[in-house]
Amino acid sequence: MSERPPRADPAVPPQLTPAGGPAADLAVEPGEAPPLDTAPTPPGTAPNLLDSLPPGPIPPAAAFSAAQAEPCLAVRDLAVSFRTRGGTVKALEQVGFTVGRGEIVALVGESGSGKSVTAYALMGILDAAGEVTAGTAQFGGTDLLHAPERTLRGIRGRDISMIFQNPRTALNPIRPVGKQIADVLIRHGGAGRREAPAAAIEMLRRVRITDPERRARAYPYEMSGGMCQRVMIAIALACRPKLLIADEPTTGIDVTTQAVIMDLLTGLARESGVSALVITHDLALASEYCDRVVVMHAGHVVEDAPVRDLFAHPRHPYTARLLAATPTGHASLADLASIPGSLPDLRRPDLPACRYIGRCDRALDSCQVSLQRREIAPSHLVACNNPL
Amino acid sequence: MSASTAPAPAPASPPGSTLLGHARYVVAENPVTGLAFGMAILLVVAALFGQWIAPYDPLASDTAAALQGPSAAHWFGTDQLGRDILSRVLVATSLDLRIAVFSVALVFALGGLAGLAAGYFGGWVDMVVGRLADVIMAFPLFVLAMGIVAALGNTVTNIVIATAIINFPLYARIARAETRQRAEAGFVEAARLCGHGNLSILLTQLLPNIMPIMVVQMSLTMGYAILNAAGLSFIGLGVRPPTPEWGIMVAEGASFIVSGEWWIALFPGLALMFAVFCFNLLGDGLRDVIDPRKRT
Amino acid sequence: MSETLPLLDVAELSRQFTVRGTTGGLLARLRGGAAAAPKLHAVDDVSFTIGRGETVGLVGESGCGKSTLVRVLTRLLDPTSGSIRLGSQDLTHLPARRFARRPERARIQMVFQDAGESVNPRYTAFDAIADPLRRLRRLRGAALRSRVETVATQCGLPLALLPRFPHQLSGGQRARVGIARAIAVEPELLVLDEPTAALDVSVQVVVLHLLARLKQELGMSYLFVSHDLNVVRLLCDRVLVMYLGRIVEEGPAGAVFANPRHPYTRALVEAIPQIGAEGAPERIRLGGEPRSPIDPDPNVCRFYGRCPRGFARCAEQMPPLHEVGPRHRAACHLVEGG
Repeated sequence: MSERPPRADPAVPPQLTPAGGPAADLAVEPGEAPPLDTAPTPPGTAPNLLDSLPPGPIPPAAAFSAAQAEPCLAVRDLAVSFRTRGGTVKALEQVGFTVGRGEIVALVGESGSGKSVTAYALMGILDAAGEVTAGTAQFGGTDLLHAPERTLRGIRGRDISMIFQNPRTALNPIRPVGKQIADVLIRHGGAGRREAPAAAIEMLRRVRITDPERRARAYPYEMSGGMCQRVMIAIALACRPKLLIADEPTTGIDVTTQAVIMDLLTGLARESGVSALVITHDLALASEYCDRVVVMHAGHVVEDAPVRDLFAHPRHPYTARLLAATPTGHASLADLASIPGSLPDLRRPDLPACRYIGRCDRALDSCQVSLQRREIAPSHLVACNNPL
Repeated sequence: MSASTAPAPAPASPPGSTLLGHARYVVAENPVTGLAFGMAILLVVAALFGQWIAPYDPLASDTAAALQGPSAAHWFGTDQLGRDILSRVLVATSLDLRIAVFSVALVFALGGLAGLAAGYFGGWVDMVVGRLADVIMAFPLFVLAMGIVAALGNTVTNIVIATAIINFPLYARIARAETRQRAEAGFVEAARLCGHGNLSILLTQLLPNIMPIMVVQMSLTMGYAILNAAGLSFIGLGVRPPTPEWGIMVAEGASFIVSGEWWIALFPGLALMFAVFCFNLLGDGLRDVIDPRKRT
Repeated sequence: MSETLPLLDVAELSRQFTVRGTTGGLLARLRGGAAAAPKLHAVDDVSFTIGRGETVGLVGESGCGKSTLVRVLTRLLDPTSGSIRLGSQDLTHLPARRFARRPERARIQMVFQDAGESVNPRYTAFDAIADPLRRLRRLRGAALRSRVETVATQCGLPLALLPRFPHQLSGGQRARVGIARAIAVEPELLVLDEPTAALDVSVQVVVLHLLARLKQELGMSYLFVSHDLNVVRLLCDRVLVMYLGRIVEEGPAGAVFANPRHPYTRALVEAIPQIGAEGAPERIRLGGEPRSPIDPDPNVCRFYGRCPRGFARCAEQMPPLHEVGPRHRAACHLVEGG
């Protein structure tokens, strides 16, 4: 890992590291999240990426348990607004959730719920009209929302990698996919120029691309959408990130391929202990592949619970409605219930405290002015004054 | 998905719902566009009313007042025959703009429609249009224009034709590319289900959709057409003296620069620059005004 | 089926595309003649019927030929061979080019996947719905306006939205415009090409209910193309499963989903994510890539190579559709003999 900067990145101003936070007295230093890295490899002797990767040897127990106390990613009170011609859109407000070490969390919501904006804000790739107005996102001692661009550049693609909705546009069209994987290994993974191509082929094999030697020389246009997405997964996991953010990774991909891709994505993440944040509009997909689901509506997190709890006992009226509207296992079309009302105009200066109020049949007078966010059951959070 | 795409029912953007309102918004956002519109209005006024605004008769020579520098009586000075340069520059606007407008209209009709057909039908239509454009592109364009005017005869009409021909490949290619992008679009298939035949799809569905880009292109080529016409006149093809035309005036004035009478060539040259600059800026501005999707 | 003529009767329909450019240039084509040009078999020997008032689902992966099949049925494309009958009328020999302007055009209409893209961006909602009425019904003026308003109301589109352009409408409203345009000319067969794929679930529910209601009110037949099998199961009476240009299974929706007989259908059904499906028995997962649709071997099952249960005979003989239940057929050697 010759290119890895030392633990406490000098570019991070000291006040941005969690001063006296819950992790401050732990053995792990800010800026470092050690689960997969064991000893630093001396420069020159290329680290054998592949040995340490696949059947995830669990790192030293001490480091691991210490790490578990601190989540991989902790987002608190995130607020984002966009300036538009019609006024300021308060796209996100008080968004908070955590992704534990090795946990796979789904961020679920309909369009306009702010799920992608959340991901973009975390990656620091909001478009120019958007602005983070409040909140923190602690990632191994760095606040992703306030760290200088230089620090973020070091984190993006190495400690956090991202998979996008349309793999074909995310890949460089004029470079063979094997070379693209090798590039990442050299840039972020500390691989040398000579062994990178072989390591890239190995990565292709791990994402179960048949005949990886030949496919490594293929260009993205020669591959199907599903295949490109596997290459993206290979790139994303190539340098063993700590967190993987997947933005609608299977939208526009056939259901049979979707199953294969999701099996692969979650399987590889679990076996190498990578935490993942999967952004999707599909509740059924989230239920099948994730540990925990964070439901968003109009820029608020309305419910956050382990998969089993959430689907067995949804506590927020919106989650319950969304479940009833998702066609799985319904006996007839008539059982499929819609969600009345519409999203509020997020440009209004006088937004009600609860943004679901206009669609809710359980609304109280108090919902206009205040919104209770509470832990209604162990690790089951809900933002509702009158939960189910 | 992003928050910038408004939630649920996209509210009718109150300030931008009309083209005029939108134009006002674009101008407010980008003052350069406003400047370009202002310049264009000046040019049009000069073209329409130049004859009456001009303080002197542009053709009347007065040897007593020959080769005078800029003064209160003659703002832009006088030329070797004592003609008032300001008047000549003003009156020339009409001719130069007319050449530009007609040649652009002609090339739009020829190249735009050929490109539209090529993009939609593909196959041999595409091949013929493409080869024709290639043949034209194979010549140095200005030399081609010279050749066409020399062969057809030294008239304003022939300048228009020559300018149109050398711009043909550009229009044909842009129209083809834009059409191709939309020829497979859902709304074209939907139109067929609504009972539109090929011709109807071309003219009522595709043409209106490529118009914005073509209008922008037309504005950009206007400047080029003016420059081209002036260039032809400069080398003695096209408009003949004593007709006031910017290119000729620059040509006539060029020989006097050495002897210190710089104003004869400078002012028509500036007028030329002004016009070219104006249409280029305008093209960029129009792109923003015309695209309906930018109206959010 | 036997008592009356079905609304749509498709028999042995095929559509091939000549593949250009990839192998051999002009010279090769001249030398080898037209026959040597490779052909992509997008739709291969497809037969089925749709009864009056019936909803038939068409499912399959992208690239399986369902889009081509739909475009041949709606007469946007000409078939290479086979026949299409609508009621008592044979549409096969009307070239797509001329069909566009005939009054029969109104009998088959289509709702497109992305209503945003299928409405001309320079048309208002009113213009979009009025377009087929102007061209196929020759309506003008007040008659046109009143018909557009009737249809818009039927589709739940507020009349105040009629002067808006597509980009000023929400996804659900655009979907309503697309549906209103298609039913304006009172078609007998409505082809729905993934009408809810671009919509959020809460909007999807509303559109599905709308479609179900319209069918009841107007007595249309639907061909519902979708990759969302959960939706197909709820909306359709009968299902056709396509794989690489051929129908591999067809039957009543309930039977096909509860008891899929073709291995491909099984994989498809089992790939649907289900809420609360943890701990489900081991599922079939399809690895690999489909075979090439270019000049496929007519004697090899199209699913062979990707099929988890393929065996030697699959590479020697193309399985025909076998009867496996009442009106339920599957094209697999494994189900031969019922």
